[in-house]
Amino acid sequence: MSITASAITKTFGRHTALAGVNFHAPSGKLVGLLGPSGSGKTTLLRILAGIEFADTGSGAVHFGDEEVTSVPAGKRGVGFVFQQYALFRHMTVFENVAFGLRVQEKRKRPTDAEVAARVRELLQLVQLDGLETRFPSQLSGGQRQRVALARALAVKPQVLLLDEPFGALDARVRKELRRWLRQFHDEINLTTVFVTHDQDEALEIADEIVIMNQARVEQTGTPQEIYDRPATPFVHQFLGDVNRLRAGPRWTSLLDVAGDAPSAAPDGFLYLRPHDIEVARFGDGRAGVPAVLVRSHTAGPQARLTFDVIDTGERVEAVLSRSGLAQLELKENAFALLRLRKSSFSPLPRSDFSTQINHPEHG
Amino acid sequence: MASAPITSLSARPETPFARRPLHVTQDSIWVKWILVAGALLFLGVFLLLPLAAVFTEALRRGAAAYFASFTDPDAIAAIKLTVTAAGLAVPANLVFGIAAAWAVTKFTFPGKSVLITLIDLPFAVSPVIAGLIFVLVFGAQGWYGRYLEAGSPWLPWLQHWLIAQDFKIIFAVPGIVLATMFITVPFVARELIALMQSQEHDEEMAAVTLGAGGWQIFRRVTLPNIKWALFYGVILCNARAMGEFGAVSVVSGHIRGETNTLPLHVEILYNEYNFVAAFAVASLLAILAMVTLALKSIVEWRHAVSRCVGAS
Repeated sequence: MSITASAITKTFGRHTALAGVNFHAPSGKLVGLLGPSGSGKTTLLRILAGIEFADTGSGAVHFGDEEVTSVPAGKRGVGFVFQQYALFRHMTVFENVAFGLRVQEKRKRPTDAEVAARVRELLQLVQLDGLETRFPSQLSGGQRQRVALARALAVKPQVLLLDEPFGALDARVRKELRRWLRQFHDEINLTTVFVTHDQDEALEIADEIVIMNQARVEQTGTPQEIYDRPATPFVHQFLGDVNRLRAGPRWTSLLDVAGDAPSAAPDGFLYLRPHDIEVARFGDGRAGVPAVLVRSHTAGPQARLTFDVIDTGERVEAVLSRSGLAQLELKENAFALLRLRKSSFSPLPRSDFSTQINHPEHG
Repeated sequence: MASAPITSLSARPETPFARRPLHVTQDSIWVKWILVAGALLFLGVFLLLPLAAVFTEALRRGAAAYFASFTDPDAIAAIKLTVTAAGLAVPANLVFGIAAAWAVTKFTFPGKSVLITLIDLPFAVSPVIAGLIFVLVFGAQGWYGRYLEAGSPWLPWLQHWLIAQDFKIIFAVPGIVLATMFITVPFVARELIALMQSQEHDEEMAAVTLGAGGWQIFRRVTLPNIKWALFYGVILCNARAMGEFGAVSVVSGHIRGETNTLPLHVEILYNEYNFVAAFAVASLLAILAMVTLALKSIVEWRHAVSRCVGAS
């Protein structure tokens, strides 16, 4: 079941949470709604769920061909997992998962035996069999999340919506669980939308990413497209570390293949990722931008180097392998030449920016 | 430079300031014992001594005289009336308390802060004044009296019916129930509002997405989460309803065997120098207070346990 939301506007008092947002999740895909806090991503998810409703007269929500704009959450057929899971504290795991079945209308309500069978099946699916009699407080964060998932799936939803599914977990469990969620999604094959502010998370597991900022959608695409061809300065900065440099021939003339040269973003700056920058020994005979190594940070798989460009004073970050750094024999306060790595740039000309930006007008 | 404040911070441990004792709350042993003794002495003189006095005086002429005080028809009537008043006031305030707490914590509406303030009104107003207000509104010379005597009243059938029944509010049971209800309004509502404001609404929201209706959400999700606070509010409400003196005294009229509650009955017996009976009846109220305190402690303990278990 695909999800389509068109021209959604939502205001809370004077605050605009969503300004004419368009959203589409293709059937069976895992879609990440990515953005900083306050960008409107959770509000959009809640509108998809029917917990919130868009401002009257502003756009529509469709599940497949069916319009559900004003259908409330309970009748929309959504499975919703809350950020803090919102498990019923006073109920066991079994009763939590069974809740959605037990509150159904009398004529549709399954018998106790059917409920028990369905709950067992779901707990097996999320690998929690044997924990039926535990209370939520007796579970780890990851287990609670899976109970919430099983509870949401009990009512056989058409779509699954997850609000910051890994937000309440510690770093190690997060990584494990997101891989698990990706596998899980492939097993159940249900259209799933999850909200996150963590770009690594979205890039790793989503089929499609929708990047939001300040109540608008900045860019939509596969993780690869978004990472390689950020449509706006915001997306560029949001997807990990980036150097923001004044555009000029200093950088663009460094590459001989014309199509590969980066051109300035609409705001007149060049956005270069640390791994786009090649570091060379000073005076190796080739062209480059002279810079001073200010700091080198080598605790980790890669060395992170901070340079000051000599003629502009701009600060540039570069990463290279630790063996690469050892070969350069570069010490702090030493001179170096900075160049651009050819392979880093997408073959698409960057003038495509304007057509990729999704900024619907409102009014 | 940004590094300047950091240097001054790190220099701080070397100042004499840092050499103060670690336990800042450590006072001398004398201060500790004087405070403890003072608190115990106060408790003994103002709480335990009067409690002991009630039971000593009640049992002065032996157990037979003590129990005889309760078989007196007036005493039985007073017990019945007290139980009736509490039995009506407590459920009414239970319903009102839940409704008010639900409205205040789940919705925003104009006049919400006024409602919260009004809930506390009975705590702010002297009970005697509260009683007088009821006399002014419902007394023979008040609005109610004027309504009964009006020539062309609003809802004439109601006037007929009230006159035919000889329905009196002041100096009758309805007035006592009304005054008791008014005095006990805050207990349940305040407990619930405090608890429900501290709780997230996520569980209710989750129940909504799972297709539960309003009543199902209340019964299966909200009520289990507030039950201890609710019970706590109810026992405090009940204790106050049975013990209320001032407001009830004003509206009661002190008709023996008819409009006397237990506290009013104690007063009458005492004024008649019937000390054994007065203290015997008073001991009933004292026992009620002790039972309430015991229940309250149990509930507080249970509530703490359920909160620990429920904490996520």
